[in-house]
Amino acid sequence: MTALLTIIIVLFVAVAIWQLIKIFDLAQVGKTTSLVADDRDNKINGYMMMVFLAFIYIVTILSFWYLGDLPLVSNAASEHGPELDNLMIISMLLIFIVQTVTQYLLHYYAFKYRGETGKKALFYADNNTLEFIWTIIPTIVLAALIIYGLFTWNDIMNINEDEDPMVIELYAKQFQWTARYGGEDNVLGKANVRLIDIDKANILGVAEDDPNAQDDVVVSELHLPVGQQVVFKMRSQDVLHSAYMPHFRAQMNCVPGMVTQFGFTPTITTEDMRNSPDMIDKVQNINQIRIEKSKALTAEGEQPLDPYEFDYLLLCNKICGKSHYNMQMKIIVETQEEFDAWMAEQKSFPDSLNK
Amino acid sequence: MSATLDTHGHDDHDVHHHKETFVTKYIFSQDHKMIAKQYLITGTIMGVIGVLMSIMFRMQIAWPEKPNVLFEALLGKWAPDGVMDADIYLALVTIHGTIMVFFVLTAGLSGTFSNLLIPLQIGARDMASGFLNMISYWLFFVSSVIMVISLFVEAGPAAAGWTIYPPLSALPMAQGGSGMGMTLWLVSMAIFIASSLLGSLNYIVTIINLRTKGMSMTRLPLTIWAFFVTAILGVISFPVLLSAALLLIMDRSFGTSFFLSDIFIQGEVLHYQGGSPVLFEHLFWFLGHPEVYIVILPAMGLVSEIMATNSRKPIFGYRAMIMSILAIGFLSTIVWGHHMFISGMNPFLGSVFTFTTLLIAIPSAVKAFNWITTIWKGNLQLNPAMLFSIGFVSTFITGGLTGIILGDSALDINVHDTYFVVAHFHLVMGISALYGMFAGIYHWFPKMFGRMLNKNLGYLHFWVTAICAYGVFFPMHFIGMAGLPRRYYTNSNFPLFDDTANANVIITMFAIVGGLFQLVYLWNFFYSIFYGKKTTKNPWKSTTLEWTTEVKHIHGNWEGAIPHVHRWPYDYSNPFHDVDFIPQNVPMKEGEEELHH
Repeated sequence: MTALLTIIIVLFVAVAIWQLIKIFDLAQVGKTTSLVADDRDNKINGYMMMVFLAFIYIVTILSFWYLGDLPLVSNAASEHGPELDNLMIISMLLIFIVQTVTQYLLHYYAFKYRGETGKKALFYADNNTLEFIWTIIPTIVLAALIIYGLFTWNDIMNINEDEDPMVIELYAKQFQWTARYGGEDNVLGKANVRLIDIDKANILGVAEDDPNAQDDVVVSELHLPVGQQVVFKMRSQDVLHSAYMPHFRAQMNCVPGMVTQFGFTPTITTEDMRNSPDMIDKVQNINQIRIEKSKALTAEGEQPLDPYEFDYLLLCNKICGKSHYNMQMKIIVETQEEFDAWMAEQKSFPDSLNK
Repeated sequence: MSATLDTHGHDDHDVHHHKETFVTKYIFSQDHKMIAKQYLITGTIMGVIGVLMSIMFRMQIAWPEKPNVLFEALLGKWAPDGVMDADIYLALVTIHGTIMVFFVLTAGLSGTFSNLLIPLQIGARDMASGFLNMISYWLFFVSSVIMVISLFVEAGPAAAGWTIYPPLSALPMAQGGSGMGMTLWLVSMAIFIASSLLGSLNYIVTIINLRTKGMSMTRLPLTIWAFFVTAILGVISFPVLLSAALLLIMDRSFGTSFFLSDIFIQGEVLHYQGGSPVLFEHLFWFLGHPEVYIVILPAMGLVSEIMATNSRKPIFGYRAMIMSILAIGFLSTIVWGHHMFISGMNPFLGSVFTFTTLLIAIPSAVKAFNWITTIWKGNLQLNPAMLFSIGFVSTFITGGLTGIILGDSALDINVHDTYFVVAHFHLVMGISALYGMFAGIYHWFPKMFGRMLNKNLGYLHFWVTAICAYGVFFPMHFIGMAGLPRRYYTNSNFPLFDDTANANVIITMFAIVGGLFQLVYLWNFFYSIFYGKKTTKNPWKSTTLEWTTEVKHIHGNWEGAIPHVHRWPYDYSNPFHDVDFIPQNVPMKEGEEELHH
């Protein structure tokens, strides 16, 4: 019934719009409107071009004003993060300058050279010097930007194994993350989906007889000691997933049939991040929003929302099915002592199995 | 009329009148002008479906899990009590992308204008093969029908994103839509690809072989150059997507392991061994990247033509424009890996693709500067088509610039698969290319239908759309850079993203207004086909050959002989002549030289 009523309403609205358009159109009858743009049209639309330019600039300014602290371009929690943020800011600055200037020229010329009867256009077919200039300048600027980018990319992607990074497996499946530490020997035991044994609680398919697996630790909440380089070895059990850790500026697909990797060094503990001024503001803002939303919820007899406390997160960022939107794991960065204490409480892989 | 070198036996027919039935005129037509209109109408209908889907999923994002009468009315079992199901959200996003990229912006843009303009602008009676042309359209029609049918499948339509990466798209147990929905998607796309290939072959052969006397390659309007390179790109890249689709069909139905290996799902290990999803990504994007240039190049060609006509001066840098079309075409085949920086492929490849992607920014920049210089010191006739063309350049610049961020592999790490990417490609495709399509429709409507679109409604259409377009996609960059992933049914599971909720509401509101406002355009379009003011032969005072034909369509385009071409297409405000413009078929004066390099 509701569906029927909705369709009827939509139809009425459509008819109303149709009528309005017809009225508008009929109101034009009698006016000597030419079928193509005349001087009056050119004048109006010419001025509109400048209005629209102002609109573009205003939308830009408003976006920065209201949404400007959303982008993750500062306060990166990894060693490579600040370098990457620098590259981002420089690139953004560059494209903003180009955007501002070119939009101005385009819309200003559209206004300034709006057509008028009697005016004649300038026959200006080409100029090779100009073409050369605006080929070579973008080339040089982009080359500089890209070279900088490639150095940054190399820094991030080339994991220096000499620094003895901590090896951690990130295991993705529909719709859950699990992490596995290499343990004392910092070597992950061999694993394959064919070894998965749900009854035995061997959900990652780790080879039970592999000596390296004996000290492995399987967890559902990722802890990292600050200042220690980690290299994540990613696996997926079923479909493509992506390990996205935005605060660390890290992302890598998890591919079934393949082990992918991404490494970084966390530099800010969860505690310190929570206390950083930017994060305090952000959390305050979010909790304000949550309080507002909770008012509405309790009014409808629903449960209010819990207040938010910042935590690093691992999110899935490659479409993986129905609950793709809710596949997350908490990441805690802490001091070496705290980490050791936490690790001591975890069961080793053999002890975690059902006998 | 002098006896002309008509290479086509076809010509003799045109003086006689074929006995035409309703079916041979309107349904199974072999006339390129009718086929163009068929593409346009079908593309428009698919576009309406695509926009409706986007309004629905945008409403879901803005007001998550809130009961909604629209969902209840349109989604049936997929919105119990008016709350959208998570699976159908992914399906909507998938089919929206598929329809818009392929059915609207490829078939609807290229299909319409290549068909309409190639024979008319090069001076040919029709395409090289009218029969193959007819088949191309009908294959497109059938693929559209199949895609729409897939929406009604029990377990849901394809829902793995328009990029349909396996294993998600290969395994029905991974997702409902990966059953029959995905099968129908693949069948539809295979037929679509066949349609596209046949069309492209026709366009290439026609442009090479059927140009009229005097129409050398360097006297071709830029539209033709754009359609030519687009068609070549299509022929090179679409077969690779077809191969990916066929291999996927084999993995799905015949137990092969091209893309699958080591999978444990729903409690059991599957038999697949040795394949790689990354292979699919390579095959997909080998088409996928050229595809976006297949979308934008025709729009660029249309806009160049429209801007020159409406500026009453030549397109600036005609040769440079041709070179940049060729450069963009070539380079677009070697940048596909920039969609795969964090796919798990060797990071060295990432460096290579960053480099080639940098290169492709350059001819694009040259074109943008050339368009701006075209309007400089022009006498701008701000018709709706011209407004859309200016809007095309504006949004192409904005969208293209963010491409520089995304093409830089290091920067892609934190914005890959976020709303930043969504904002980028919508600005360049969803807005810029769409504006190009609108510009083409407003400009060539009189040629297609013998009547004019209502000018004032056109202005209204442009300005409201332009405002809404910016309102939707500009803020989206910011929430993307905040780390908000795309393809999330709801963001409410992450308190971290609660501060993006307001932006999402604003985006959705602009989207609803902008989407609904297209009704104004649709009304104008369909009304004007029947009741629009009748047009004159050359309402825009353009130099190209299509405006030398009669308003009423005839097979073979020209009553008598095909005109011969004596000059390039941009003799507007030529200082050595008194007239405002000189059509291409007007002979040179005594001692006149072609006034360009």
